[in-house]
Amino acid sequence: MSNAENAVVKVKKVKKESELSYWGSVFFRFRKKKMSMFCLILMTLIVLGCIFVPIISPHTITSTNVANMNQPPSMTHILGTDELGRDLFIRFFHGGRISLGIALVVVVIECVIGVILGCIAGFYGKLIDTIIMRICEILMSFPFIMFCITVVGIFGNSIPILIFVLVFLGWAGIARIVRGQILSLRELEYMEACEALGISDIKRIFKHLLPNVLAYVIVFATLGMASVILVETALSFLGLGVAPPTPTWGNMIQPANQFIVLSTRWWIWVPPGVGIFLSVMCFNIVGDGLRDAIDPKMKR
Amino acid sequence: MSDTALIRVKELKKYFPIQAGVVRKTVGHVKAVDGITFNIERGKTMGLVGESGCGKSTTGRTMLRLLKATDGEVIFDGNDMLKMEKSKLREFRTRMQIIFQDPYSSLNPRLPVKDIVGEAMLQHKIVPNKKEMKERVIEIIGKCGLFPEQALRYPHQFSGGQRQRICIARALAVNPEFIVCDEAVSALDVSIQSQIINLLKDLQDEMGLTYLFISHDLSVVKFISDDVGVMYVGHLVEYGSRDKIFANPIHPYTKALLSAAPSFDPKAKGKSKRIVMEGDVPSPANPPSGCRFHTRCPHVEPICKETVPENRELEPGHFVMCHKAESL
Repeated sequence: MSNAENAVVKVKKVKKESELSYWGSVFFRFRKKKMSMFCLILMTLIVLGCIFVPIISPHTITSTNVANMNQPPSMTHILGTDELGRDLFIRFFHGGRISLGIALVVVVIECVIGVILGCIAGFYGKLIDTIIMRICEILMSFPFIMFCITVVGIFGNSIPILIFVLVFLGWAGIARIVRGQILSLRELEYMEACEALGISDIKRIFKHLLPNVLAYVIVFATLGMASVILVETALSFLGLGVAPPTPTWGNMIQPANQFIVLSTRWWIWVPPGVGIFLSVMCFNIVGDGLRDAIDPKMKR
Repeated sequence: MSDTALIRVKELKKYFPIQAGVVRKTVGHVKAVDGITFNIERGKTMGLVGESGCGKSTTGRTMLRLLKATDGEVIFDGNDMLKMEKSKLREFRTRMQIIFQDPYSSLNPRLPVKDIVGEAMLQHKIVPNKKEMKERVIEIIGKCGLFPEQALRYPHQFSGGQRQRICIARALAVNPEFIVCDEAVSALDVSIQSQIINLLKDLQDEMGLTYLFISHDLSVVKFISDDVGVMYVGHLVEYGSRDKIFANPIHPYTKALLSAAPSFDPKAKGKSKRIVMEGDVPSPANPPSGCRFHTRCPHVEPICKETVPENRELEPGHFVMCHKAESL
């Protein structure tokens, strides 16, 4: 009896999915993945923490207190203090703000540039396609760290410079994905019907082609967030990214290259490490889940 | 018959280049359509038949300039389609439309029916605003046998036959005079085929449409067409009124094609002899010299291998491309 009831419930659910709108059915499939849902919630918590903790905390990121340096976690300083007596709890969330903020800005700019150039290359083809794709290949073959050292050496390290470097070397990936999709989509008969109907190029690109590649762009963006966080923290750790005293998770780990910090003051370097680990893992798993939800046939 | 013609196609050619090597050097051409000539009168239907790869669809698409023609003329109501400037062509596109074979890939999955059908109306300012567009869309899809509430649905919520109705509605949205039906019913079930064909016929009577009906199904072509053209490897080998072609085929290829179509008349069973052709269809990249059909023709003579036969008008309105047309 209960089996039969279960079957009825299942039938109802399946029927519901077919009635949903496109994004509704994507979320329907996404919700079924427990791991992805868990990571989405965790990610939301981290983001909310980064937004609100620096607002409500009584400490500031730069107020030093020499009498109070290198304190282990306590009630007043939840994550302890660093070698200048700054509160690490607020620095952790403020660092997350900077790290996640940079990643978000970089990915958004990358996607805008990449999608526009990818669409143009794929839609018009021929010479313009060749030019854009050769530029992409040139950018993708740049040695990344070398390029960063050179740019930082010339212009100094600041957040805008870091964003510029990451976008400059990053948009080629999304441009190539979009171009590839457009190349196959524009051969479909509905695009031919558009031409027969005399629809303008702009409308054909933005109304017909772009919505069909948007799914891929969103997946790229989520996975891209993870990789940008990693690259930014790595550069900051090496001193090529965001300069202290502005905290990021990358430069907060930096003290760990002194042995005394590594062995006795775990509260200085463990939290930012966990922050990097959790956020990168969450973005990757959510991205994977989104990819499966958007197109069950699309596999790595 | 050419005085009232809406469309005149003269010596239309479409060659696709074959490119090879790293530098994409052109090493040859696929002669998909190689000099075909015919007229379609206003309000009539021309059926175009032939086997796969003979250039039927290429003809239709080249006529609408969805493909760039290599040579020839397509005169639509006194205007040369192939020499028209782009801006004028865009306006002109409202007068001619196309319905595709596959009702699945010819509708954008991300747009509701309302936008699929109505988009071109706004583009060409046939309707002033979105509200009136919706009213017009509901009127047109009603004509095509869909309900008003279906205007907000997406293509994946429809069956194949309903999708083809959406395609027809999209084509009708811009008030065209001429529609190319490129295998428009081939992908559908037989029962749905008859519905769609009857719909096309009703719309023709109501709106005075002119059709180019491309198909490989002879019974469908016989039902809907006024004139019939038979294509073989890029050539229009026989062309004339439907009754003449079906009752009195002259070209050996037409005869073989007609004999291969199954007959449902029990009296005719056993009477008509099935003509079995030997060999394969030659490649349009390397077509035979002379008459394209000489490699498989049962009546082949030396002249067939040397010179391309002229397109001769054997009786008024019946053109045949064969050296031996009189004696067959």
